Amino acid sequence: MTAPVLELDGVTKTYHVKQGLFGKAKPLTAVNDVSLTLQRGEVLGLVGESGCGKSTLAKILLGLEAPTSGKVLVEGEEIGGQDRLALARRIQPIFQDPYSSLNPRKTIADIVSLPLRVHGIGDAASRARSVRETLDLVGLPARVLNTYPSQMSGGQRQRVAIARALIMRPEIVICDEPTSALDVSVQSQILNLLNDLRAEFGLTYLFISHDLAVVEHLATRVAVMYLGRIVEEAEVGALFDAPRHPYARALLNSVLTPDPSLGVPDTQLGAAYPNPIAPPSGCHFHPRCPFAEVECEARAPRPVSRDGGLVECHLHDPESKMYRPDFTV
Amino acid sequence: MSDDNAKPLLSVRGLTLDIPLASGMLHAVRGIDFDLHRGETLCIVGESGSGKSLTSLAIMGLLEKNIRRSADRMDFDGTELTTASQRQMRALRGDRIAMIFQEPMTSLNPAYTIGDQLIEALRLHRSVSRDTARKRAVELLEKVGITAAASRLGQYPHQLSGGLRQRVVIAMALMCEPELIIADEPTTALDVTIQAQILRLLVDLTKEMNVAMILITHDLGVVARVADNVGVMYAGELVESGPASAVFGRSMHPYTRGLLHCIPQPGKTERGTPLGTIPGIVPSLVGDVEGCAFRTRCPHAVDACRDAIPERGEAPHQFLCVHPDGARAAEGETA
Repeated sequence: MTAPVLELDGVTKTYHVKQGLFGKAKPLTAVNDVSLTLQRGEVLGLVGESGCGKSTLAKILLGLEAPTSGKVLVEGEEIGGQDRLALARRIQPIFQDPYSSLNPRKTIADIVSLPLRVHGIGDAASRARSVRETLDLVGLPARVLNTYPSQMSGGQRQRVAIARALIMRPEIVICDEPTSALDVSVQSQILNLLNDLRAEFGLTYLFISHDLAVVEHLATRVAVMYLGRIVEEAEVGALFDAPRHPYARALLNSVLTPDPSLGVPDTQLGAAYPNPIAPPSGCHFHPRCPFAEVECEARAPRPVSRDGGLVECHLHDPESKMYRPDFTV
Repeated sequence: MSDDNAKPLLSVRGLTLDIPLASGMLHAVRGIDFDLHRGETLCIVGESGSGKSLTSLAIMGLLEKNIRRSADRMDFDGTELTTASQRQMRALRGDRIAMIFQEPMTSLNPAYTIGDQLIEALRLHRSVSRDTARKRAVELLEKVGITAAASRLGQYPHQLSGGLRQRVVIAMALMCEPELIIADEPTTALDVTIQAQILRLLVDLTKEMNVAMILITHDLGVVARVADNVGVMYAGELVESGPASAVFGRSMHPYTRGLLHCIPQPGKTERGTPLGTIPGIVPSLVGDVEGCAFRTRCPHAVDACRDAIPERGEAPHQFLCVHPDGARAAEGETA
């Protein structure tokens, strides 16, 4: 078996947050001992509520933040040792808001060719050719070359962002909510494009989204994040057919499919999202979990592997008193 | 729709909004009609620029000054809103007509406590004591699922999470026991789990208190789960309207069907297969708009689409299309 294209080994990121002017800085663990592997061509969907650490994880992968501890390996090489430029050739981002991620004072040609210029690749002519090819790839006509982002629609801007990410032919693309600022008719075009490009270039995606229907459609594996931890990771089919973690179930329950015969679902989630500076004891999810027992408050669950995936819940741990082998919520 | 013969609470006919621009007149909303009964939820769904938010602002009389509003009728329980004075509108807003906007932080004043704002919402329209208003505030905060309600009154908006803030906004909207709530994308800024909780709350409360609601959204999933009636808006027109079961179950307008094909639906769309798309872009509404505004993107467009578009279907399920069946047959669907 070939080495995974991306591997996270026990990655933790702790920030120190000051509360109030004279308050003492308290640690906030945004990403808590996360381990993940991605094989080439996989799409890992990363889901979770705002503040759960999804975007911090994305920043670590892009080399914008250094992990407090743990390792990130790209094809077996640790990224801490690589310089930013080398990393940028292999991992590229596509961000949520194509209105703020493109420089409004640069032309589309400038924006898309910037990575080539930064890396000093080719001469002006070959760069121009490469830009035209990439624009064609993302479905933009050559006439947009000398226009500015303000002259484009949201969908076109996101195509520009995709072109900029792909011009260096990276191996991994981090898509952070790439379609949530777009209208549904445009969203479907961008999702189709991402899917086609992945097939054509064998790209690996980390696809961060709050829209589980989109994740279900595009991802091959899904990781569910809660308060900095991956609480369940599984094949997309397995997760959507039979979620094991109660939080994963609540997320799936919240998906509103356009079926008028169904009402608004009851998520059975109690209290609001906890304060990450003072996370609940034991299993971080226990105050909101409809299945919580005393053990959940006392002891954090350990990751247990189930059917090629992982789940962190006492209900799935054979060594726990709460173990229920047939439990799919 | 408990009683079809009852007079609607809100009846709108021929609502038109024009915005003068340097490049010509922008016809943002082009003659829309709808009725809303007490206790009923109408969802207006459309993409950005379709005119859905302007429609809600027009009903509340909160349009920018440069926007020209005209309507044959905008009757709110006997009050004609088109001719109502600013003073009359101010008396209605926040009292009989309440509003909930997308971003709760913009509808809450960061400099005042939750309690002050809730109490003011009531005392502005009713001559009640601070104490009575305070009791009502606590009662409503509990109703919208906020724990330790009494102690929350002293808190400022920034001390609450987004979901809690939106609950406070809902409580504020309910202070005067409104008859109509207009909610513009009330859950778009929230997480999916919180969205489900807030929508459930809105549905339960409006049914319990027999309040009519107009919910503006771009999310077809929200519409399907919440709406009694649906209006699909495209380029300033309601291109299809009717009961939710009909609009989703037997979508007639090619735009409605196109939209439904665009969204991935777990269990229905096959993973990894291409999603449906609607080619092209929304046409400019500056200058004269003739015929069907969707024809440039429609797979079934014919020459007749350039002419006036007939309204099809029997009330309540109606749509604007030259094809009597919205060209369903051409898509290999059975009616």
